[in-house]
Amino acid sequence: MTSLAGRVVAPIVVGLLLLGVWLLLTDVVHLAPTMIPSPAAILQQVGEFGDVIVEDALVTGANALIGLAGGTVLGVAVAALAARFRVFDGMTAPVIAALAVVPIVALTPILNTMLGASTQSGRQVIAGIAAFIPVFVNVLRGLRQTRPVHRDLFRAYAAGGGQTFRKLTLPTAMPYLLTGVRIASSLAVISALVAEYFGGPVEGLGTPIVSYAKSGKTALAWGYVGAAIAIGLALFLITMLLEWLVTRHRPSE
Amino acid sequence: MTIPATPGAGVAVKAAGVSKTFAAKSGQVHALDAIDLEVAAGEFVSLIGPSGCGKSTLMRLIADLDQPSGGRLEVFGKSASQARLDQDYGIAFQQAGLLPWRTVAANIALPLELHVPSKAERASRVAELAAMVGLSDFTGHFPDQLSGGMQQRVAIARALAEGPRLLLMDEPFGALDEMTRERMQTELARISTETGAAVVFVTHSIPEAVYLSDRVVVMSPRPGRITEVIDVPFGSSREESLRESPEFFAKVTAVREALHGTPVTRADER
Repeated sequence: MTSLAGRVVAPIVVGLLLLGVWLLLTDVVHLAPTMIPSPAAILQQVGEFGDVIVEDALVTGANALIGLAGGTVLGVAVAALAARFRVFDGMTAPVIAALAVVPIVALTPILNTMLGASTQSGRQVIAGIAAFIPVFVNVLRGLRQTRPVHRDLFRAYAAGGGQTFRKLTLPTAMPYLLTGVRIASSLAVISALVAEYFGGPVEGLGTPIVSYAKSGKTALAWGYVGAAIAIGLALFLITMLLEWLVTRHRPSE
Repeated sequence: MTIPATPGAGVAVKAAGVSKTFAAKSGQVHALDAIDLEVAAGEFVSLIGPSGCGKSTLMRLIADLDQPSGGRLEVFGKSASQARLDQDYGIAFQQAGLLPWRTVAANIALPLELHVPSKAERASRVAELAAMVGLSDFTGHFPDQLSGGMQQRVAIARALAEGPRLLLMDEPFGALDEMTRERMQTELARISTETGAAVVFVTHSIPEAVYLSDRVVVMSPRPGRITEVIDVPFGSSREESLRESPEFFAKVTAVREALHGTPVTRADER
């Protein structure tokens, strides 16, 4: 009962309190309506421009998803090579470390020029690079978690290298992969969105947020921000569900 | 000292002058020295001794999980490595070592998946094995839903999956409570009789070794050597009542004296 109260009721109470403060500041005190619009104003705008917002959200969501998928595939492949060949691990480690500290969205203008400013490719590549790092780091760690007793068993069964990888090494790494994908999903959405602030085609959530914020249509800008939150949340929940499905029978380490 | 196996049925394991040294920081560690041992087909042999006597190492050499530093080791007349490749033995460890993402049935099926292409054949074999270890009602469960004793039964079923003529077991009941342990011993005695497989059984427990074995091999540490071999002529049917019989206690005493009679290591040798 206490855990239910703590995990469900408490966040709801906090949410309602925040909503109350928000309403108080906007509808009662009328504090700076151009900066903080009331919830009702935002909802009204979302209702009016719902179709366009959804269209733009789908563009950004697709960019994030394509980047996430590409970054995940690449991350798993490179991690598998690094786990298999120590030399490869040594060669890639500095590159990965460098890539991890580069502010990736800063590359957007360059990538837009390289890949053409009228396509979404630059944004997808940015989301892909952002997703690659956590997937690679987690999968590489996961591929090294096989237990000695399991390795002994597979040797006793005279299992080949490929069989051991498919039936032992890879399943052992699965929870690590999904942790990586869960972290990468948020990064991919953020990167895809922020990349839109640096130019390129107007489709997507980024451009309207910038232009409506500048032109004083704050309520609509907030509506777009809400859509961005919804995309991030959806991806996060899906990946969390996948992670739960894979790890539910595993003892926690 | 050469220990002759029961004549007739053939030889499962034959070790002649087998030694094993490990490289350690403080120099070389003699884990095993001059091991001569024969295990006949269908025979149940326990290896018993204090920690560090090399009993697990000897089992790992037979399983070809490690290689001997000297001497000759044959399993069914072939090299240990060939016997492993031919899947002549099944193996179980103190840790059940089940794959947590697989159900009981899929865990038992694991070695079959690697060597038996027919899916139907695998399924019927898994059902048979699950029944043998009394887990027919639990084939859909995952390891985290099973008790320690049940997990170990799955591990035993898995070890028996390919009908091996030799079963290698490294303290398989070491992590179980006493009551579960005795029940598992009774079941193992039945299973080993049913399958007719030879068993090399590593244990710390004197009553366990006496209850299960045809012969108990007593080992001493530093370097690991065989100090005595004790015959346990109770035949193949091991009833629960055996545990309370005077003959049983006499053998337990004999093994205990053999263990304690080994030359005590001087403190300055450690």
